[in-house]
Amino acid sequence: MMQRLRPYAMNKPARGSLLGIEHLEAKEILGLLKLARRMNPLKVRTLLRNRRIVLLFYEASTRTRSSFEIAAKTLGAITTLVQSSGSSIEKGESLLDTGSTLRAVGADAIVIRHPCAGAPHLLAKHLDIPVINAGDGMHEHPSQALLDAFTILKHKKSFKGLQVAIIGDIYHSRVARSACHLLAKFGVKITLCGPPEFVPEVAATLVPGLRVSRHPEEAVRGVDVIMLLRLQKERLAGQKIRLQDYVAHYQLTPSRLKLAKRDAIVMHPGPIIRGLELTAEVADGAQSVILDEVHNGVPTRMAILARALGKAK
Amino acid sequence: MPSAKSQSREAASLLIKGGHVIDPAAKINTLMDVLLRDGRVAEVALPNKVRGGADEKFDARGLIVAPGFIDLHVHLREPGQGYKETIASGTAAAAAGGFTSVCTMPNTAPVVDTAEWVAWLRHPERAGVVNVLPIAAATRNSRGATLTDFAALQRAGAVAVTDDGKPILDDEIMRTALLLGAELNLPVVQHAEDTRLTEHCSMHEGPTSFRLGLRGMPAAAEATVVDRDVTLAQQIRESRLHVAHLSTSDALKAVRRGKRARARVTCEVTPHHFTLLDQDVGEYNTNFKMNPPLRSASDREAILVALADGTVDAIATDHAPHATHEKEVEFERAAFGITGLETALALAITKLQREHKIPLARIVELFTAGPARVFDLRGRGSLARGNFADVTIFDPKKRWTFEAAKSRSLSHNTPFDGWQFTGKVVATIVGGRIVHRAD
Repeated sequence: MMQRLRPYAMNKPARGSLLGIEHLEAKEILGLLKLARRMNPLKVRTLLRNRRIVLLFYEASTRTRSSFEIAAKTLGAITTLVQSSGSSIEKGESLLDTGSTLRAVGADAIVIRHPCAGAPHLLAKHLDIPVINAGDGMHEHPSQALLDAFTILKHKKSFKGLQVAIIGDIYHSRVARSACHLLAKFGVKITLCGPPEFVPEVAATLVPGLRVSRHPEEAVRGVDVIMLLRLQKERLAGQKIRLQDYVAHYQLTPSRLKLAKRDAIVMHPGPIIRGLELTAEVADGAQSVILDEVHNGVPTRMAILARALGKAK
Repeated sequence: MPSAKSQSREAASLLIKGGHVIDPAAKINTLMDVLLRDGRVAEVALPNKVRGGADEKFDARGLIVAPGFIDLHVHLREPGQGYKETIASGTAAAAAGGFTSVCTMPNTAPVVDTAEWVAWLRHPERAGVVNVLPIAAATRNSRGATLTDFAALQRAGAVAVTDDGKPILDDEIMRTALLLGAELNLPVVQHAEDTRLTEHCSMHEGPTSFRLGLRGMPAAAEATVVDRDVTLAQQIRESRLHVAHLSTSDALKAVRRGKRARARVTCEVTPHHFTLLDQDVGEYNTNFKMNPPLRSASDREAILVALADGTVDAIATDHAPHATHEKEVEFERAAFGITGLETALALAITKLQREHKIPLARIVELFTAGPARVFDLRGRGSLARGNFADVTIFDPKKRWTFEAAKSRSLSHNTPFDGWQFTGKVVATIVGGRIVHRAD
């Protein structure tokens, strides 16, 4: 018999893995958010001292990567970044072989971002260490959904009775999918808004209590939270909708924002493009919590890493 | 691999006694004895009424004796991709699944687009244990641009032409292919997929693909091509169109339209499409990734109706073996296709007969007379006297568990590992020789 190159093969993801929001229970989410509130990004701790966390990034990232790295280091862990360019990935190494290699090097957990949906799931199925999804294709971005929930709960007492409008390119958005899964678990009413190319009718089947609207005025009326998504210009190339039409019809302007509740907050996972999905006034306005979200990324990701490595062992 | 000879036992004559013969083409569905002699069917008679003697006897009491099963759609991967499957290993899997004839797809490396490669596939050195009936490429290198030499391919033994794996999209090329096929009485097999609608897609478009964040192939990508092809087939006298691995309700409507208009339009359906749904993909299980993809519940329902009412002509496996390293990758990057030869009959009995109450005789027809008619395979698909001595003997009540690891195929990319089935092949006889016998 040949020696197996992947001696760590598992069938179930290791305890502490975070692959998506869809299969988390509401109480696990509340537990993570509670843990995040206890995390102090300004104080370096020793909870994860000498634990090795690999950040395996197959896609560009500023916010997610830096905040995972800062979160890990704040907890005392050692981090190393592996990117597709400048590594064996460029030479054609498969995802599983890369994962096994990192495991053999001594990784205690892998944070992975990948352009293919389900890539973290594949890795988790074959490794005995926690795998954390930092964004997989168009599928999920669970740490973003958690930090958004963290942000919402800083501004709203609870999820109870909340109404949320999500405007933009839902189809290509892993942020939108994770947000919908999370909010729906707490009974939040969600309206998805955008042109059919970005918000196909099938989107309404994602979670219970979801509806689709083509009119932002209708979508934002009376809501507590407006979440905007980045419009990816490169995606527009093949689509029928033109940029000017999108701006005219769907851009969040001060007048559209007025239709929401007076204390509504405006969220955006970033990077924002001023003048496209929102105006500069809205981005910089009093209701915008966009930078707050980025800020909350660190304690949220500290909680995710602490859950992955801190308690179980 | 053991050679064909060492697996089989030579006998000039073989009497299959006491079995229940189902031969839909001959309208037989009763207890009969079958005598095979010198590679042909010598006699089918009421129990103990066979006149000639036999060198060897096969006790078929309690078993179904059927004409040898024919699979219109398999990928045996040779020439060029022997790491996935060889003709020897693929035909061993076919024999284990009860198939005595398999029609091989030409999307190999190189593509089977010349008479020489057709002859190569049929050469005894390939060590096939069942009949290998090559389907040749319809266009050179299956690029969809220049038609191949249909007449030469047919003379070399090709039973049909196709660019399977890819569609013939160009209207003029498809029309000319049907015209040439009409002159030669050669079926044109279409892999119906408008690839302009399916770029970068890895599963069926619907709630599951949306939830998983995977680009979905719309059902319309199949139906529009079938619709056009049926229209062309209706316009070209004597042309023969066969729709491969049909998977959608709308494509079935187009096939029905052609059949009502008496065009020579036929279609096949795979066991996985009548068994599974798109949602069975689960958490990115690549053993549920194939093309055409698993479809919606309403598509499957339409397929079940069409299997029962006669619209579907044949069950074909689309046996598509792939190595582990081609499947244990990101879902979007995984190869399309699953193996199917060893599970086809079991799925048909477990799902079609037991769950959906389709009569066993109809199921046997879909494996025998149906496919024989589609490609006009003379001497096959029935146990008429003088036909090839190809026989499939199975136990329709036997319960068993399929284990992918024990498959005869070189590849184990099946979604049915560990499934419990009813109905198992007991013996497979090709040209009068037993090439497979259940343990």
